[in-house]
Amino acid sequence: MSQPAAASGQTGTVVRSRVITRILKNPLGITAIAILSLMILMAVLANVLAPFDPNFANIGKTLASPDASNLLGTDSVGRDVWSRLVFGARTTLLSALLCATVAIVIGLPTGLIAGYYGGKFDAVANWVVNILMSLPGIIVLLTVRAAFGPSVWISMVAFGVLLSPGYFRLTRTSVQAVRNELYVDAARVAGLSDGSIIARHIFSVVRAPIIIQTAMVCGIAIAIQSGLEFLGLGDPTVATWGVMLSEGFKNVYLNPTLLLWPALAIGLSIGGLVLLGNAVRDALEDGVKIKARKAAPAPAAGGAAPASRADRRKVATVDAGTEHHLVKVSHLGVGYPQADGSVKKVVDDVSFHLDRGEVLGIVGESGSGKSQTAFSILGLLPDNARIVAGCIQFDGNYTVAPGDDVVSQGRVSSLRGKRISYIPQEPMSNLDPAFTIGYQLVTPMMRVLGISKAEATSRAMKLLADVGIVSPERTFKAYPHEVSGGMAQRVLIAGAISCEPDLIIADEPTTALDVTVQADVLDLIRDLQKRLGVGVLLVTHNFGVVSDLCDRVVVMQNGRLVEEGPVREILRNPSDPYTQKLLGSMLEGKEPMTMLVPAGMEA
Amino acid sequence: MAQATAPRHAQSAGENLLTVDSLVVEYPTKHFRAKPFRALTDINISIKPGETLGLVGESGSGKTTLGRAVLGLAPVTAGTVTFEGNDISHATRKQRRELSRDLQVVFQDPYTSLNPSMEIGSILAEPLGVQGQSPAQARARVKELLDQVGLPSDAINRLPREFSGGQRQRVAIARALALSPKLIVCDEPVSALDLTTQAVVLDLFLQIQRDTGVSYLFVSHDLDVVRHISHRVAVMYHGEIVEQGPADQVTVAPEHPYTQRLLLASPVPDPDRQEQRRADRHRLLELQRQTTEQAGVAV
Repeated sequence: MSQPAAASGQTGTVVRSRVITRILKNPLGITAIAILSLMILMAVLANVLAPFDPNFANIGKTLASPDASNLLGTDSVGRDVWSRLVFGARTTLLSALLCATVAIVIGLPTGLIAGYYGGKFDAVANWVVNILMSLPGIIVLLTVRAAFGPSVWISMVAFGVLLSPGYFRLTRTSVQAVRNELYVDAARVAGLSDGSIIARHIFSVVRAPIIIQTAMVCGIAIAIQSGLEFLGLGDPTVATWGVMLSEGFKNVYLNPTLLLWPALAIGLSIGGLVLLGNAVRDALEDGVKIKARKAAPAPAAGGAAPASRADRRKVATVDAGTEHHLVKVSHLGVGYPQADGSVKKVVDDVSFHLDRGEVLGIVGESGSGKSQTAFSILGLLPDNARIVAGCIQFDGNYTVAPGDDVVSQGRVSSLRGKRISYIPQEPMSNLDPAFTIGYQLVTPMMRVLGISKAEATSRAMKLLADVGIVSPERTFKAYPHEVSGGMAQRVLIAGAISCEPDLIIADEPTTALDVTVQADVLDLIRDLQKRLGVGVLLVTHNFGVVSDLCDRVVVMQNGRLVEEGPVREILRNPSDPYTQKLLGSMLEGKEPMTMLVPAGMEA
Repeated sequence: MAQATAPRHAQSAGENLLTVDSLVVEYPTKHFRAKPFRALTDINISIKPGETLGLVGESGSGKTTLGRAVLGLAPVTAGTVTFEGNDISHATRKQRRELSRDLQVVFQDPYTSLNPSMEIGSILAEPLGVQGQSPAQARARVKELLDQVGLPSDAINRLPREFSGGQRQRVAIARALALSPKLIVCDEPVSALDLTTQAVVLDLFLQIQRDTGVSYLFVSHDLDVVRHISHRVAVMYHGEIVEQGPADQVTVAPEHPYTQRLLLASPVPDPDRQEQRRADRHRLLELQRQTTEQAGVAV
């Protein structure tokens, strides 16, 4: 049993060291760590640093100004302020730590158990937590003080209990998020005990949030404790920053610096803890930060607007002899600027065209750039994407003119929805669950076609019948969660043809559907395409879908176009080795139980 | 390749490795005193040593639940699961630990089936450590496993995120192989992979079976995948097995109307043959519609 423990420790170190490097590189993180180390050093070395006992009173020297023996002067009964500050650090920090420890000891294990097992323990624990959270904290602390006396330790233990629900909820939520992950299932199959599963697979998930929460909780504990003591509810015989603050406040007119030093110490400690919490969080989420920085400066609004208007007039002419193509993409390149100034190209030198009434398939594996190409025609690339080369023309006009570095929204938005429509991959996530299907069909039609609601409604009914929905009225009134995935895709297809487009871009329209439903949806798309004479750009990874629908095919690999041609030619006699490899990977027509990849061909 | 002609022999081997008899799986629903949700009804399957049983069906048909019930991850409401003669329907965690030597799993999603914060070496050593192997033994075995699934040996100290989907699935396969099991439940192991990667991983599954004689319960929604890798095939529909038999029979000339629909729904990569298949499918659907209508009239 020693082996897994050792291994998991090693893994932990690797991850933690990386996080620590990131914290240290963050100026806020390094500042926070410096402040807190200083405070902790002060607390640990209190005996060495302080020249006097914190309660040693020199009645002959009260409210003295700083001098050689009393570095920061003395207070109203002649105690050395520096010594009290140093010993106060020890008491204050230790009591904050005690508070956090109590909260963690109660909250973490109960949260782990409640989150992992659920059931009755979870229900009971939630009740207890709700009661604890509804208690007014300050009143409880005052009651505890009245019952047990003014001990800072007892009040911090009580406060720890009051804060434990925070840890419980945090742990429970994190655990619930991972307890059904497949790697936890795999560990169960491997026969790991629940204890080992929690220790090895679950605890790593809650470790980071617990550290962040603890930094915050320590800060809160210092603030509350100092607050209570400032009000005079602390133990006057123990030197803490709060007691010093209270003492300084009484003498604020005689010596204001008495207030300054404990206030500074409290402020720095709490600030340091909060910053540390933030730095740890940032270090864990560094991916997000780079993205934010990557958002390149938008072109200055002032100069750009007239230029683009001039552009629009200028770009009206495309190369002679290409006007008749519905879509023509020439030498298109799409890239994403990186933090270091370079550009990561995802589409490189892609050219093809699509004529009216034609179905063109773009085939490729994940990461081949096929969707990025389709989205540049739609003008729906992410904000940070750049057109790094080439141009796109639609029906004789440029949507991306040579030299443009973004898709002109002015030009595309007047086409999108009217002349170019879109069928997405995930039907369910493309319907808004808050609105009825009817509403989601009618509203765009009223907007785009400028027709009345009654007219749009009757058109929507007809469209739903057209896409093979048996009871259009019922579907019209239904919410998306009330219909199946195949039905939802039919609704989206109805939406796509509702404004009589010239071009439909379908991005893996059947990938999320069951095979039998896929066949029905393919039939529907084929029928509609024939009936409406619309051009279809079909993005897919499935050669079966290609052979079912397409007239011509474009094969893409790693952002490049490797082969283009009529569907029969590409599928029967592919000339490019990559296309051959793709088709060779198909299972159809293979002798079962034989190897698919010839020796030496493995990637 | 002399091996290439090997299998499809498994039927001859005697004893069943796994027998599932009249299995029912029900999940309790949230509502108080509501009827539980029945995910599986009266399931009967068996797998012999060295044999692959393909389990095919659409989403929600219960094929994944059946795999999970065999692994002890789904509640067995009625019926029995027997492995090597022992009833494991309600095995305790301790019995599962014994069982994990012989019964393993490869899940669908190679992105969530590996703990993102653990190095490949520790992931692969985990099942070995549970069985009480020493770290040195485990390390040697991990090297062997990486070699077996075609991953570089420096993978030991790397994290899952440094690998592509296909490579991660190899790690998951290596973890399943760690204890040289007799049966591996494969739950859609190639569905999340690209076409070329799928081919490579399927080859790996076949090669491992040839080398080690392991049995697979191979769950997939793709009839072509199941046809390629299975000796026998069971078709699931709405929580029941509607058809079961030798792969070449069930996936080429099926008897049940649902399997027939499934077969003709899968498009083939040639426009003219696909047109033919499409016409066949429409004819079949029309025929089945008439049959149901007539049955309705008769009743």
